[in-house]
Amino acid sequence: MDKVIVAKDLSLAYNNEETIINKANFSIDSGSFVFITGASGSGKSTLLKSLYGALKPKAGSLVVGGVELNGVSSSKLNFLRKHLGIVFQDYKLIKEWTVEKNIMLPLIINGYDKDVTQSQVDSLLKHVKLRHQAAKYPQELSGGEQQRVAMARALAHNPILILADEPTGNLDDYSSQVIWNLLEGANEQLKTTVIVVTHHIPETMGVRYKHYHIEFGAIREVL
Amino acid sequence: MIVERSIDAYKDNLATNYALVVVAQKRLDVKSLQRANSIIDTVEELSADSVIKRLNGGMSKKNRELLKVTLPKFYKLKLKHYPTPQELEELNKKLLRTQSIKKVESFTKTHDTTYKLLLLFKTVVSVFAFTVILVTILLIFKELRIWQFQHNERMSIMGLFGAPVWLRSAVLFRLAIVDAIIAFLLAFILFSYLATTEWVQKQFDSIGINVVFFDTLYDSLIMLGVALAISILLAVFIVLGHKEEV
Repeated sequence: MDKVIVAKDLSLAYNNEETIINKANFSIDSGSFVFITGASGSGKSTLLKSLYGALKPKAGSLVVGGVELNGVSSSKLNFLRKHLGIVFQDYKLIKEWTVEKNIMLPLIINGYDKDVTQSQVDSLLKHVKLRHQAAKYPQELSGGEQQRVAMARALAHNPILILADEPTGNLDDYSSQVIWNLLEGANEQLKTTVIVVTHHIPETMGVRYKHYHIEFGAIREVL
Repeated sequence: MIVERSIDAYKDNLATNYALVVVAQKRLDVKSLQRANSIIDTVEELSADSVIKRLNGGMSKKNRELLKVTLPKFYKLKLKHYPTPQELEELNKKLLRTQSIKKVESFTKTHDTTYKLLLLFKTVVSVFAFTVILVTILLIFKELRIWQFQHNERMSIMGLFGAPVWLRSAVLFRLAIVDAIIAFLLAFILFSYLATTEWVQKQFDSIGINVVFFDTLYDSLIMLGVALAISILLAVFIVLGHKEEV
């Protein structure tokens, strides 16, 4: 099976501070569903940031989607990010854009034509049950609704890899369920690789998944 | 630009009204005088008739003719621009070096006072303009901080989804251009209004100058160019100073 992520002796740190991830070795198969867990401050979010190139490796090698992120150029990083779907704990929606335009963002960046963009956005709005909120601005929505918008944005361009950082951290049960259903659906139907950083793995997961745990800077697979 | 233009017009006005009087024993070669002193614009010989008329009482025609021949020649010299005291002194010396010229009346005291007043006016205007520019620069830097704050988050989010720099900053540049056009239009309306106002015209008339207050094409182009340049420069600073969130 193809590997979508390969890390060799990967070390991560913010600037010159203490190393958070120390010489980690792991690989993730294409099309798999992966949970990364760990205590607060263990380095889960740091690892996720390194996967979309917001944090450069301090040492070692990290290849995502065939792109080596240690010493990556900005154009190659942009190329990689165009093929990723990222869901943030704090949503990161553009405040001055409507819900509809926020979902369009990756489609605009990837140069989709207007008709395809509109039909894709309509379909996603239906999936996240926010059709009636399309013209609203993020600050007019609840936290759960904002995260559903962020989820729709992450799925809009059919990415090869979805990275989700505590996607249901502060959400109500209904919104959490919608998010999990969408992530499972993307993995099952579109064979999209999904990596979720979380404190708790939901008990109702309907897909096979791998589980990695981070502790004391080391990443180990939980069997 | 308007102040500069007004000062220039005022200087021209002074130059027009200012003249030196030269007294010479013989008739002067006007062309060679002009060639030797490039600042001289025109040389006009003053007629001796008015002087002789005043001495008319009991003088025979023959004596009058004799007097006319023996009287020195008077010339009025107009200059190309209003001279500085140094230029005036130099011209005086040069003219007096010409053999037949016996006296040069340059009305030095009046000239110096007028010139100093002009200098004072220019200095006051320069200090005022400098203060305005300084305040404007400070305001521009404040505006830069506000823009940075407004656009940083959106640019970061777009960057996380792989938007190239031009796409991330497209909104910013569009806003910068729109803002520059709005600022230009406001200034254009204000200056167009002032240019047609009678009050402004009266102020210029009162000091005897005729100046184009607002050149619709030239001044508009300059204003639009400056507004666009500043706005685009600000946008470039924001793009260059943008740091991606970690």
